[in-house]
Amino acid sequence: MLGRTANDLFWLSRYIERAENIARLIEVGYRIVLLPREGEGFHQEWRSTLESGGCLNGYVARHGELETRNVIDYMLFDTSNPSSIASCLAGARRNGRAQRTALTREMWESLNSAWLEFSAIKPSSVTSNSLPELLDWVRSRSALYRGAMLNTILRNDTYYFSQVGTFIERADSTARILDVKYYHLLPSSEMVGSGKDNFQWQSILRSVSAHRSYRWVFKDSVRPLRIAEYLILHRQMPRSLRSCYDEMTDALQQLAILYGTRHPCHITAESTRDLLMDAEIQSIFQTGLHEFVQDLIARNNRLGHEISQAYHFTD
Amino acid sequence: MAAAFDEMNGHGGGVRAPYRDVAEWLGVQRIETLKQKTAEAEALFRRSGITFAVYGSDDASERLIPFDILPRIISGSEWRRLETGIEQRVRALNAFMYDIYHRQEILKAGIIPEELVIGNKAFVPEMIGVDPPRGIYSHIIGIDMVRTGEDQFMVLEDNTRTPSGVSYMLENRETMLHLFPDLFSRNRVRPVEHYPDSLLQTLESVAPPNLDKEPVIALLTPGPFNSAYFEHSFLADQMGIELVEASDLVVLDGLLQMKTTLGLKRVDVLYRRVDDDYLDPLVFNANSMLGVPGIFDVYRAGRVTIVNAPGAGIADDKAIYTYIPAIIEFYTGRAPLLPNVETYSCRDPAQLKYVLERLPQLVVKEVHGSGGYGMLVGPSATSAEIETFRAKLIANPSNYIAQPTLSLSTCPTLDGTGVSPRHLDLRPFVLVGDQVRLVPGGLTRVALRKGSLVVNSSQGGGTKDTWVLQE
Repeated sequence: MLGRTANDLFWLSRYIERAENIARLIEVGYRIVLLPREGEGFHQEWRSTLESGGCLNGYVARHGELETRNVIDYMLFDTSNPSSIASCLAGARRNGRAQRTALTREMWESLNSAWLEFSAIKPSSVTSNSLPELLDWVRSRSALYRGAMLNTILRNDTYYFSQVGTFIERADSTARILDVKYYHLLPSSEMVGSGKDNFQWQSILRSVSAHRSYRWVFKDSVRPLRIAEYLILHRQMPRSLRSCYDEMTDALQQLAILYGTRHPCHITAESTRDLLMDAEIQSIFQTGLHEFVQDLIARNNRLGHEISQAYHFTD
Repeated sequence: MAAAFDEMNGHGGGVRAPYRDVAEWLGVQRIETLKQKTAEAEALFRRSGITFAVYGSDDASERLIPFDILPRIISGSEWRRLETGIEQRVRALNAFMYDIYHRQEILKAGIIPEELVIGNKAFVPEMIGVDPPRGIYSHIIGIDMVRTGEDQFMVLEDNTRTPSGVSYMLENRETMLHLFPDLFSRNRVRPVEHYPDSLLQTLESVAPPNLDKEPVIALLTPGPFNSAYFEHSFLADQMGIELVEASDLVVLDGLLQMKTTLGLKRVDVLYRRVDDDYLDPLVFNANSMLGVPGIFDVYRAGRVTIVNAPGAGIADDKAIYTYIPAIIEFYTGRAPLLPNVETYSCRDPAQLKYVLERLPQLVVKEVHGSGGYGMLVGPSATSAEIETFRAKLIANPSNYIAQPTLSLSTCPTLDGTGVSPRHLDLRPFVLVGDQVRLVPGGLTRVALRKGSLVVNSSQGGGTKDTWVLQE
């Protein structure tokens, strides 16, 4: 496989995963600002939404003030924002077109029609009533692509690079949400136990689509320590860091078998997976939740770089 | 002009044999049903991403070529004649190229004026003395044919560089099978779907000799912004070979190598869909940053096969075209089975004079032009357009050829309100390797505007599925 092909497939999966994550972030942010509350509340909420999506600085440079309408437009439609849903779908389709030969017909058609349908939407036509439906649509298109990929693709390097891209992006997204909202999970806030914090806990779970599964797994009311454990260490939760690293280690291991070579990226992925496997949530809180999450973001970035080096993505 | 020969109705003497079943079927179709089927076809094409970029148009960087659902049908015996004629022609074209890049006997014999070949932009002096595997220069050739009567098939143009359109031939058939399975069960239409296999066999058969392994084959594309990109990726996919851009290739250790996830890997056969000018900046176009520096040296050393060979454009140059019948006679010792269209070469003063006197009746083309750009169709041109062309012809006569305006055959085609005749041509795709391979059919292009004779997709042309019936 060409290095360029591997690079494009890796990023194609990242874009699709990112579109879904951004849609979920907007959904959660919007849900919170709709609530009756006092003072600066909604500003704070949009700020952390933008920050979790990695586009706060870009937004401020473009719009300055935090305005609901502008935030939504920036995250959904603004092509100057490289992480907007419009940019993600266009990027995914561009990469898919460049690597048409690596994709099955089902994968290509789902990418192509998602892009065609999204391009046909006029930003001005999106109302607060139609927004949830649009965000649902984005998530369902992402699911359709993933499903087409999982059901139709050969289990060779095409599949492994796609998997690695999906889970490195997902790990990044989950880690960023924790990075931005970690303070709601600190023990001091549990002591407070106010309605507001309870709402923040729910929203953290929602932003990784885990508000229902949490109940099934823990059979307990929502507690911040458990939320952190669920998002970081829980093996069954498909968006947890642990789960992402299980998938990535797996795909990288398959690449090592297929190509007969291991690289530094294998060591980074495995040591991170081991860390997530062995860690206990109490000790993470003792040494510092925020530090732990930031270390993981850094590891994840390094892993991306090492993968790109190992498989000649750009040389 | 008298009414054109119609593929279905001939000159009006009743339905021609190959169309009998389809004519009967068409007679009982409601126009709404046909429109509905057209819409379905369009949806299929759009979903599969089969698009075509049109140069010089802003809005439609990706546009669909219109598809007409009524097939163009060729009988088994008609096809057999075409097949023999085409095979004769492509063998002669390759023999011609071998000769002019070696001993140049055809020039010594005075059959073609030397300056027409040696002074031609499409002649590549660096190819002199190079021996491509099996002596083949043009492995993939599109022959543009027109028909003016029951037995009058003529070659309008040869495409010996990088002919395109074969993906439409394949996708048109897939679409028709999807839309009208019943028609295929009643008509014995010969399949075309093995084209990618034939292409792969052809490419394998011209790999450098003495390889001790299976040849590695790649398809070189200019990239997603090229008008034929869909076709490039389609063919690479169908053959299971890598689709590469120049930046994926590098010359190292005297070999052409591609940059893979495992490091560099040797490429043995390169099916290139880029022009000579963008092949090797060291040889062909020093101003271009595009291409693979050093690839021509690897080629000359016989360590990679470039398909079609550099310099293959000399055989489809419009100035050479007029000599093709002589070329066929010279190399095969036989008269051409498929005639050319009568052509006036404006570099000849007497012929120029003849052309200038009859501009409103003629079609004038640039010698190096293609794709329907820069041509004059006399009968449908305004007098201002004719005068502009007259000035161009006088200023630079050797840049032009002229042909009579042919009454191209027509075929029933859907228009906005019903079914009416539209002019068409035919481009069969020929493969030349260890043997000559020709899938039955080709790409039928149809001028969708009433009365128009220009079938190019960049000029409002569409396509049809082409059926060759089992004998």
